[in-house]
Amino acid sequence: MLNISLRAEDVFHIGSLPVTNAVLLAFIVLVVLTVVSITLRNKIKMVPGMLQNIVEAMIEGALGLMDSVLGNRKTSEKYLPLVFTIFLFVLFSNWFGLVPGVGSIMIGHGADAVPLLRSPASDLNFTLALALIAVTMVNAFGVAAMGIKERLSVFFNFGSPIKFFVGILELISEFARIISFTFRLFGNVFAGEVLLAIMALLVPYLVPLPFMFLEIFVGFIQAFIFGMLTLVFVSLAVTPHEGEEAGH
Amino acid sequence: MLSDVSVRLIATAFVMGVGALGPAIAIGWIGSKSVEAIGRNPEASSKVQTMAILAIAFAEAVAIYALVIALIIKFVA
Repeated sequence: MLNISLRAEDVFHIGSLPVTNAVLLAFIVLVVLTVVSITLRNKIKMVPGMLQNIVEAMIEGALGLMDSVLGNRKTSEKYLPLVFTIFLFVLFSNWFGLVPGVGSIMIGHGADAVPLLRSPASDLNFTLALALIAVTMVNAFGVAAMGIKERLSVFFNFGSPIKFFVGILELISEFARIISFTFRLFGNVFAGEVLLAIMALLVPYLVPLPFMFLEIFVGFIQAFIFGMLTLVFVSLAVTPHEGEEAGH
Repeated sequence: MLSDVSVRLIATAFVMGVGALGPAIAIGWIGSKSVEAIGRNPEASSKVQTMAILAIAFAEAVAIYALVIALIIKFVA
């Protein structure tokens, strides 16, 4: 039978700290993205080359999409780093996890052989960390935009019993968002890995191909959804809520 | 009566089967309502689209929770 492990396996240790195969591939994605970004930035030209053109088009598209949610270009540019970085990191993590060799090249001997590389988002720690970062930053942006009193009054509102109850619900829903971010990305990527492994086991020729296309598509959609949801939560946190006392 | 492995297999299949019903209906409903809304008011198309994608992601997440439980039952303990 296949060795399908819910837990990412350790490949080596730095001192006493274990490094898993998912961490290894996430680090490789990090290095690739950083090197490409820095190279592009140093070689910015007024008349763009091909790569610069593509990246500019992508950023224009992302800013346009953020405009439709946030309202104006200035706010979009303010929150673009968080949202677009999350999108790019998850996207390239998912796509790098589909490259041949990930999951099949093993390290170790005999019964202890484990895959050297593994899709980062198939490790619950990766998705949990991203979810925590996203929700923490949403709250940080909320505090930065509206002040800490305003932000706390969303959760702890002693105006009336109903508002108090709604505040408690808001607090619970913050935690529910962390959980749903985590499990949505983890479930999609891990299930995709299991699906590809089983398909390759059953019919190694031709049949895994549509499933690879499905995984490419799912990788993109999940990255997009993670980014979009972060964007929507940021926009909810920084826009002042119901009409104030000068009601209308 | 039934062996441990059999019960585990049945449980996995049951969790996934039942867990996919609700989200499937929900996503179909969301899709139909958004298409209707766009048909009525083509100018609001991008707002409706954004909202629809968001709502579908939330609905799908519930199916994914069921999938994760099914995987845990099958492969871990």
